[in-house]
Order: sequence, then C-alpha cells, then structure tokens
Amino acid sequence: MPDTKQSRFVATAVAVTLGATTLAACGSSDDGTGARSGPAKLTYWTWTPGMDRVVDLWNEGPGKEQQITVTVKKQASGDTLVTKILTAHKAGQGPDLVQAEYQALPTLVSNDAVADISGEAGDAKEQFAEAVWQQTTLGSDAVYAIPQDVAPMMFFYREDLFEKHGLTVPTTWEEFADTARELKEKAPDLDLTTFSANDSGLFAGLAQQAGARWWTTEGQKWKVGIDDAATRKVADFWGGLVREGVIDNQPMYTPAWNKALDTGRQIAWVSAVWAPGTMATAAPDTAGRWKMAPLPQWSGDDTVTGSWGGSSTAVTTDSRHKAAAAKFATWLNTDREALAALAKNSGVYPAATNAQLSDAFSEPPGYFSNQPDFYTQAAAIAGTTAPSAWGPNVNVAYTTFKDAFAAAAKDRSDFGAALTKMQDDTVADLKKQGFEVAE
Amino acid sequence: MSSLAVRKDAPAGITPGTAQGPPPARRRRIALVPTLTLALGALYCLLPVAWVVIAATKSGRELFSTFTFLPGTGLADNLSDLNAYRDGVYWTWMGNSALYAGLGALLSTAVSAVSGYALAIYRFRGRETVFNILMAGVLMPPVILAVPQYLLLAEADLTDSYASVLLPLVLSPYGVYLARIYAAAAVPADVVEAGRMDGAGEWRIFTRIALPMMVPGLVTVFLFQFVAVWNNFLLPYIMLSDDEKFPITLGLFTLLEQGANTPALYTLVITGALLAVGPLIALFLVVQRFWSLDLLSGAVKS
Repeated sequence: MPDTKQSRFVATAVAVTLGATTLAACGSSDDGTGARSGPAKLTYWTWTPGMDRVVDLWNEGPGKEQQITVTVKKQASGDTLVTKILTAHKAGQGPDLVQAEYQALPTLVSNDAVADISGEAGDAKEQFAEAVWQQTTLGSDAVYAIPQDVAPMMFFYREDLFEKHGLTVPTTWEEFADTARELKEKAPDLDLTTFSANDSGLFAGLAQQAGARWWTTEGQKWKVGIDDAATRKVADFWGGLVREGVIDNQPMYTPAWNKALDTGRQIAWVSAVWAPGTMATAAPDTAGRWKMAPLPQWSGDDTVTGSWGGSSTAVTTDSRHKAAAAKFATWLNTDREALAALAKNSGVYPAATNAQLSDAFSEPPGYFSNQPDFYTQAAAIAGTTAPSAWGPNVNVAYTTFKDAFAAAAKDRSDFGAALTKMQDDTVADLKKQGFEVAE
Repeated sequence: MSSLAVRKDAPAGITPGTAQGPPPARRRRIALVPTLTLALGALYCLLPVAWVVIAATKSGRELFSTFTFLPGTGLADNLSDLNAYRDGVYWTWMGNSALYAGLGALLSTAVSAVSGYALAIYRFRGRETVFNILMAGVLMPPVILAVPQYLLLAEADLTDSYASVLLPLVLSPYGVYLARIYAAAAVPADVVEAGRMDGAGEWRIFTRIALPMMVPGLVTVFLFQFVAVWNNFLLPYIMLSDDEKFPITLGLFTLLEQGANTPALYTLVITGALLAVGPLIALFLVVQRFWSLDLLSGAVKS
C-alpha cells in the first residue's frame, strides 16, 4: 500500500473542499426501496487487478440465472478512493458496490455511505474468523460489508544470511532486539530491518498484536486509545532500537530500500501475507533465499498476530438494488469458484477461512518456492489474528503518524512524544467533526 | 564556450583603462553568469526527463538495482507489456486524453477569443466588473472548483461522461484574460472603426478582421489550455468512475495504486509517462510556426 505524494495531495484537496459538511453528517439512513433483488444492473468500484475476469464468472453463471449483471469500474486504491466514494454519495451518485479497506469502514458508515446488509448477508458470518467478521459489524448487530481479503502479519528473513551470521529466528520481541544487536556487532554494515513511518498500517498492525484498541465506543461517545499502554510499549520498543542504532531508520518502498533488501544489507522484514508480491519487485535477485516465520511475540506463550491491510466488499446506501448487491458480495467472497478465481487472477489472500487452504494455495508463492508449506503456515497464522478497533477518522491518525514518526525516526528522538501527538490530533479531529469523545 | 569567455577576460583584466578593450570584455564577462544560470536551470529541468527516458528502458529487475543513468535492456518488453495491459487500455486512455485536451482546449479558446475580444473592444456598463470577476477566477486554483462542479453536474446527471470533463473546461478565466490583453494590443480601435465605416457588421469585423490579428495570442491560449488539460488530474478523478473514459493521468494512477496485494507497476507507469509526453512535444513543434506570425501581425498599423 505505498502511499504516493499525489494521492495524499488529492485526499487533502478533496477533503478540504468537501469541508466539514460531509464528514460531520451522521444520520439516519433512508430505508431501502431496494429490498428486491434482480433483474438488476450493478456497478462495482474496486482496485483489485483482474477483478473484471472474476466478475465475468458471475455474469455468465449465477448472475445470469438471477438476472443480476455487475460491471467493474476499476479505481485507484487508498484514502483517495474513500474521499471519492463520499463525494459521490453526497451527490447521490455512488456505485452499488465498493471495495473498502477495513479501517475505512467506520468512516463510510458514519457518513451513511454504506448500507446495513445483515438481513441479506448475515448468514455469511460462519465463513469467517471472529476477529475478521467483527471488523465489518463495528461491534453492532449490523453488517456493513463482506470480508474479502485478510493480511495477517509475519516475519520474513534471509535464511542464508541468518545462518551465515549464526542468528536464530526470534520468537519474541526481546529476542528480536537481541538479534538486531548481535547482527550489528558481527556485521556493522548490515541491519536486521528498518523502522519506517511511511505506511501507518504496519504500526497499527504491530499495536493491534500488542493488544491495543485505538477506537472504542462508550455509550454514544468515542474513546481514543492510541496512546494506551500496549501502543506505548510498541512505540518505545521500536524507538529504543532506532535510538540505539541497531536497526535502520530509513523509509520502506524507496529505491534505496529495494536495494538494501536485494543486496542483503537488510536481512529481515516485518510484513504481511502479501509480502511475496512486493518482494518480487523490490528484491528480485534474492528469490528463494527468504523464509517466512510467525511474528515475534510479546510474551513466550502468546500466539497472536496483527494485520496490515485487507479489504471488504460493501453495498452503498445509494444502491437501488441492495439485495442483489448483497447477493453478489456474498458470492464473491464465499463461493469456492469465485475465491479460486480471485486467488488466481488477483493474488487475493481470502478472508474466508476455508478458502485459505483450498487448492489455489497448495503451492507456495513463486518467490518462496523454498518454503513448500508457506500457505499452510500462513493459514495457521491468520487464525491467530487479534481483533482490531477502527474509528471514523483513521485517516487523520495515519497522517499524523506518518509526519510525527517519520520525524522522530529521522532524528532518533522520543517515539513517545510522537505517539502523544498522534493521540491529541486524532481526538481534536473527532471533536471538530462533531463526535463526542470520552476523555 | 566558457574557455572562450575566460580568454577574452584575461586581457581586460590586464588593461582596464583602454578605450576599446572593456566593452566587449565586459559583455563577455556578464554573459557568463546568466549562461551558467540558464545551463543550471536547463539541467534542473532536463534531468528528470532524462531519468524518465532512461528508466523506461529498464526492466522491472533492473529498475531499482542498476545505476540510475545506465540504460537498461527492457524497453521493448516494457512497450509490449504496456500495449498488452488489459487489452491495450492504455491507448484508450491516450485517445481520451487527446479528446479532452484537444476538444477542451479548442472550445475554451473559442470562448476566450469571443469574450476577450468583447471585453477589449466594446465599452459597456459592468465591463470592468465582469473583468474583475474573471481576474478573481484566475487567482482561484481550479482544484478548489472540482468538487462543487461535480455536485453541480450530478444534479444534471452528467457525471461519469465525457461531457463532465469537457464542460468545466470550456470557460477558462486565464484564457479570457490573455485574449483580452492580446486583443487590446493587437486589434487597433481604428481598424474596427474603419470596418464599421465600410459597412461591415460586428460579427464580420470580428471574424474577418480581428480574429486573424488575434491568432498568435489564441495559439498561446490553446497551448496553455491543452497542456493544462493534458496534465489535469483532479477534475477527471472526481468526475469519472469508468476507467474506459479515464485520461492518461488517471489511468497511470490506477496502475500505481493497486492495493496491498499487488505491487505497483512501476515499469509500465514510467513507460506510459514517457509516451504521454510525446504528443505534447509534437504539438509544440507543430505550433511553433504560428508563433512566428507574431512579428508580422505587428506590422498592420504604421
């Protein structure tokens, strides 16, 4: 999910123009005139490559029987798409279906842009892990989306270089810190990894693993826990490593970072299940030399991971065919054939638990051909994903994270102060938007 | 060139007081600084272009691993990949960009010509007010207007259509402003008067007499608009959802932002960006000859 300057600019520009009016809107939904399904023509905004081919399966199969035709309109992913959906919703011109990252759902729900489909799609619940499903219900009885893909976090390391330097794969974060120090001692030119502030999802996932719950509700009020004990522990841990100089402090996804991975100057990466795709581009020459292991734990007995990414399919309140749209969303994310096609055409790691061990995942990704049980392990790790708690202004928290933590990492200064700023900015923005915030 | 300048400098330093020495020497010495500044400026502008040209020749494997300015071996592959991407949707984007920029710039030039001429030649109540409002429009970045324009066009059910991108482009405050300034300078009031004396109607005076005089100015307006529309991002981003109607800027953006599962298609984006500059360069080369008219048209009145 590399975030470009451009996308951030667009998001800001649009947000500024929309002003508080859109964002503060939080009201009743016009009840559905669209309870009937088919015949219907639906439009679907998604960024997933190859989705048009998956949708063709629907249009030629179940969709044809039920006279529900879906048209894919491919979009660019990220916060900019959320803003675009909200703009379209303001004009009543939204599509029928949208792809939405889990952390964007509360924003869409609080703007009344996505519909409650619990009546049509509530039965899909059994197909997903509890921690995944709760992200689409926001802890209520409503269902705002069907989970599509999940991104459990893992630890990736250069097997050959770990061996060469006599390192063992860390199973706890304490061991992780020791490994970083040990490597720095043996080979001062190399770094175990880097702390990068250019993708907030990574930090959010690490905090989630530690048990942080950033947004919770207390009655009618939001409670922001970004500087809670769990997150503070994570921030201090990484801040300490950066200050000590045993890991690098340069951002990810830059040409320099690609080179560091490819030439073995950085020998590990904390990432998620989609890492093989990124690494194939970033470090093409070291394919087959990396291995995946579970994320290090905070205490030896735990087996918990966070998630970094993942998205869902939601039905909009603008749709005049909500029942039909919900039917398609359910098919797309629970049907065996659909999930196999998503895996094959789009490289989607499915949220549906059964599909994680389907035939599509019997072979490891090409980049990890040396680890035949890659997806068996991945499925086991996915089952240990901690629940997450998103709020209506994740984008603000993420933006502050990028600015404050990037500066702190660069100066090797206190991460705690950056975390406090993240908390304060998020609370201030919630209040500005008109939400009540519990102190 | 610089060595030449240095050699000329030397005698000037030795004989500062001579009558013939200093003037040419001084001219040379002064020219060195601007030349260097301009050369630096040119380098600053051309370096990114050189980067795009060279990066477009690299395969995905070479892109981040080889030396930045070392040409790669993947140009042919990049081109054929770009051509094959989703059945050549890139060329659809290219065609769309040409349509938005070409037709959009043409329409806006026409509107600018008529209104600029009217504002320059006719005296009517509220003329300055209209012009001042336009001036305010020049100061307003178009980015700010994109969302309101979207909401307006949504009322008319025109979003996600070619018209939704073209319509907001038709009135360009900057174009009208330029056309007015140019018309005021290039179309003498005497000529218009003479036309009226000879019994020509206002429309005839405008099309037959004033318009030819305004051509160089209008070419400038057209070029400005064309480049602005070609590079425009936010307006089509908000207006369009069907990627068959996307211009290149938007299309390439979707290649970059494909979600976490899929890495960005950097090689395709870079190659696509390189090809997208082509039409702009071609346009400038073609239109250059119209600019030279500028000198001739100044000779109408004497």
